[in-house]
Amino acid sequence: MSEIENKAEHGSMDGAGECAAGDPKDDKGLGLGVIFFMVAFLVCFLSGWLLFPKLLYSKHEQPFNFDHELHTAEAGDCESCHFLREDGTWSGIPNLASCMECHTDEPMGETEDEAIFCEEYVAKEKEVPWFVYSKQPDCVFFSHAAHINGENAAGKMDCKTCHGPIGESTSSRPYEENRITGYSRDIWGKNIWGFKKHSWDRMKMDDCANCHVEMDGHKGYCFQCHK
Amino acid sequence: MKIDRRSFLGLGLGAAAGIAVSPVGVKLTDDSSIWTQNWPWTPVPEDGEITYDPSVCSLCPGSCGISVRKIKGRPVKIEGADGYPVNNGGACLHGIAGLQYLYDPSRVKTPMRKNGNRFEAISWEEAISIVAGKLADIRTDGAPETLGVITGSAAGSMPALFKRFLDAFGSPNAYEMPSLEGNLQLTAATLHGAGNTIGFDLENSDFVLSFGAGIIEGWGSPVACFKANASRKERHAKLYQIEPRLSNTAAGADKWIPINPGTEADLALGLCAVLLSKNLFTQGNFTGGFQKFTAVIQKEYSPTRVEASTGIPAADIEALAVAFAKAKAPVAVPGKGRGDHGQNLKEFAAVQTLNALAGRLNQEGGAFVMAQPEYLSFPEAAMDEIAEAGAGKEKIAGSVNKLIEDINGSDKPLLNALFVHNANPCYTLKNTQRVKDAFKKVPFVVSFSSFMDETAMEADVILPASTFLERTEDVPAGAGLPKSVIGLATPQVDPVFNTKNPGDALIQVAQAMGGTIAESFEWETYDECLEAVAADIWDSLSEEGSVVVAEGVPEGTPAVDVSYLAANPTSVEMKGEGDFTLVAIDNMRLTGTIPAASPFAIKTVSDKVLSGTQTVVEINPASAKGLKDGGEAIIATEQGEAKVKVNLNEGIMPGVIGMVKGLGHTFDNPYVAGKGVNVNDLIGPVIEPGSGLDAAFGIKATLKKA
Repeated sequence: MSEIENKAEHGSMDGAGECAAGDPKDDKGLGLGVIFFMVAFLVCFLSGWLLFPKLLYSKHEQPFNFDHELHTAEAGDCESCHFLREDGTWSGIPNLASCMECHTDEPMGETEDEAIFCEEYVAKEKEVPWFVYSKQPDCVFFSHAAHINGENAAGKMDCKTCHGPIGESTSSRPYEENRITGYSRDIWGKNIWGFKKHSWDRMKMDDCANCHVEMDGHKGYCFQCHK
Repeated sequence: MKIDRRSFLGLGLGAAAGIAVSPVGVKLTDDSSIWTQNWPWTPVPEDGEITYDPSVCSLCPGSCGISVRKIKGRPVKIEGADGYPVNNGGACLHGIAGLQYLYDPSRVKTPMRKNGNRFEAISWEEAISIVAGKLADIRTDGAPETLGVITGSAAGSMPALFKRFLDAFGSPNAYEMPSLEGNLQLTAATLHGAGNTIGFDLENSDFVLSFGAGIIEGWGSPVACFKANASRKERHAKLYQIEPRLSNTAAGADKWIPINPGTEADLALGLCAVLLSKNLFTQGNFTGGFQKFTAVIQKEYSPTRVEASTGIPAADIEALAVAFAKAKAPVAVPGKGRGDHGQNLKEFAAVQTLNALAGRLNQEGGAFVMAQPEYLSFPEAAMDEIAEAGAGKEKIAGSVNKLIEDINGSDKPLLNALFVHNANPCYTLKNTQRVKDAFKKVPFVVSFSSFMDETAMEADVILPASTFLERTEDVPAGAGLPKSVIGLATPQVDPVFNTKNPGDALIQVAQAMGGTIAESFEWETYDECLEAVAADIWDSLSEEGSVVVAEGVPEGTPAVDVSYLAANPTSVEMKGEGDFTLVAIDNMRLTGTIPAASPFAIKTVSDKVLSGTQTVVEINPASAKGLKDGGEAIIATEQGEAKVKVNLNEGIMPGVIGMVKGLGHTFDNPYVAGKGVNVNDLIGPVIEPGSGLDAAFGIKATLKKA
């Protein structure tokens, strides 16, 4: 055994000896360290879970409240206002002209929201700058036609499957925008962990892919959506 | 208790662990990756309402109807227009890439004047006044006939407007570039009388005998041809392709008949001779020495003689003639490749005479002899004394190729000024150096080009033209279609640069000149002019976007004057020396004429045609003599030499070198220029006596290992 190896062996033995012998003061220090660890862990974990989403998203109120339930009762189902155009493109949120097929600048009802709509938008012929909860980024090509007008069962989806029971809502919730990406919170989903209970809770690529695997046996190719 | 180092360690570790198991990490990772995909400087196309507007593509003579998809008024895509009488929804790769021409880096962005060797930008007012001033000087000198015009074609209102300018100016020197339509009109004039053209009813024929016509390589109206070819199988129609090389058309044909390059006319006349000797012909409406024709053809083009020149066995020639005569609806189609450059009248006339002998003129699935559409009526041009005197003078030459030859051969300048519209002769005509030399001998050249191409670079003033997506123009569809359709191209977008419709530029030059020339151009704008001169069809043209002037089988059997062929015109001989025959090939993904292929189209060219920046030539392995597949070689002709790569391909006859047209552009465009060799630098023209056509289909060449 060389001298150096000897030293190294002894050195490590010494260290182990010291540690094993211990010092009552050190034990206390460790205990405090554990407490500090626990507290810091808890504070950071809870902040990351509860406070972080509040910082991440900015909230915007819609221009005025929209009562889906009232409109479906008056005008019919979803397709009355959100429909496929003849060329297969999706109409999305109705424009002012579509609203004015029923509305005039005289309110039909007595709600404050309709008054705002008539005064601020219909009378001034201004489009309503709605925030779109389900807006996908520009790099995504999504065909509503293929999902609701398709040939097989997978092509006959219900609006609810992705959009949830929005048709039953009576008021517009605030739109939450991700400060980093600019995307709507509905894409990641309300749950900051990314967990979902319902099919409409999230609209990320994996959610598309999961459904495609289930229905088609294949999650699809990149260029099908990213053109 | 004492707070020490370990407590802080615990605090730090606790914080880290707390963050790590909270959703912060995974969420921020996802968000930051999205953030990096959305840099503020990444261009994102503006969203908006989607609309489709109809127009007509005039990138090639095909004249397809297009539908331009726009978002918030900005064109984003070109599609074929459904129901359009030429292409019915189809589109070719050049058409769908048409938007790239709007933003092409070689666009001429504003009027230019050459100062020494450099171009400088000038205003439109200045450009017009320079041109008008120079032209006025020429008239003052009493030599108005020394103004010449070269246009891309002779059809439509733009060539007519240039011709009118020459009339009012006093010059007979209007020339157009070689085109399939021009060749067909010349053939029709030779056989059936002036003012006619020929269309081929490919989609109703059950036996297409193609003399090298690139049915799926851009011949005629490409998309119409693709469609006719695509329906061949279900119609149980046959296609026999006669050419030295297994082109894509030949590969998809029912039979490929390899033939010695340039002997197509011999074969066509040989087939005529068999029909005559076997009494399989139809006694149609032949005039002009049919007896003499019969005697000459049977003597000079007997199957054994034709075997000697074409390399096709005599028995096969006889069998082919019989099969052609016995088919229900056969049609013979002339025009190697795209049928525009390097063609000869003898072949066109021989092939059309074969159609006539087989009784296929004006029959369904045959060849239609149709009157050229006359839908434009210009009021007579006002002419002063100078104009009268000049217009009475004789035209310098019978064709643009002869014009170049004459300018080069003359000591004094034959032309003092030259307008070039919709043409790139310094690239497209053979022996490009000779064309550039001729341009240098013309003191004042005005280009109406949209791009700074090889010809525009030779100009003294450029009056930049708006592209087909930025201007109004009538677009007559010709080029071998069995019907006559006039389309209307309309501006799909405001001019991207400071360009004008060349019609407007010409009207402004005329008005700046004053006198009778201005009187002949009284319209405020070209749009107004077009509406006035196309008044007969304007209502339907402007509302429908197209007018079908003639369609269906024409009535009657046209007369066939065979005196041209009865005189047994000599065949054009190839120039030069060498073991090989270099032939120029048309490729659908490239354009041999204007505009140059788009960046998109260039990217689709196979590496068997263009490898990196080198042209790849095809030769048969039997003639390789030590040349390796993929190896470099020097190809040399009497015109010049070039370094190329070699592709050993059994689909080309031994002794033949195939080299693609459309490469080797030299103008400033990183996507298109500097790639390969321009085959026209290696081949010189051979003018066919009588027709004036440049009939050089190829040239003798040598090929040595580099």
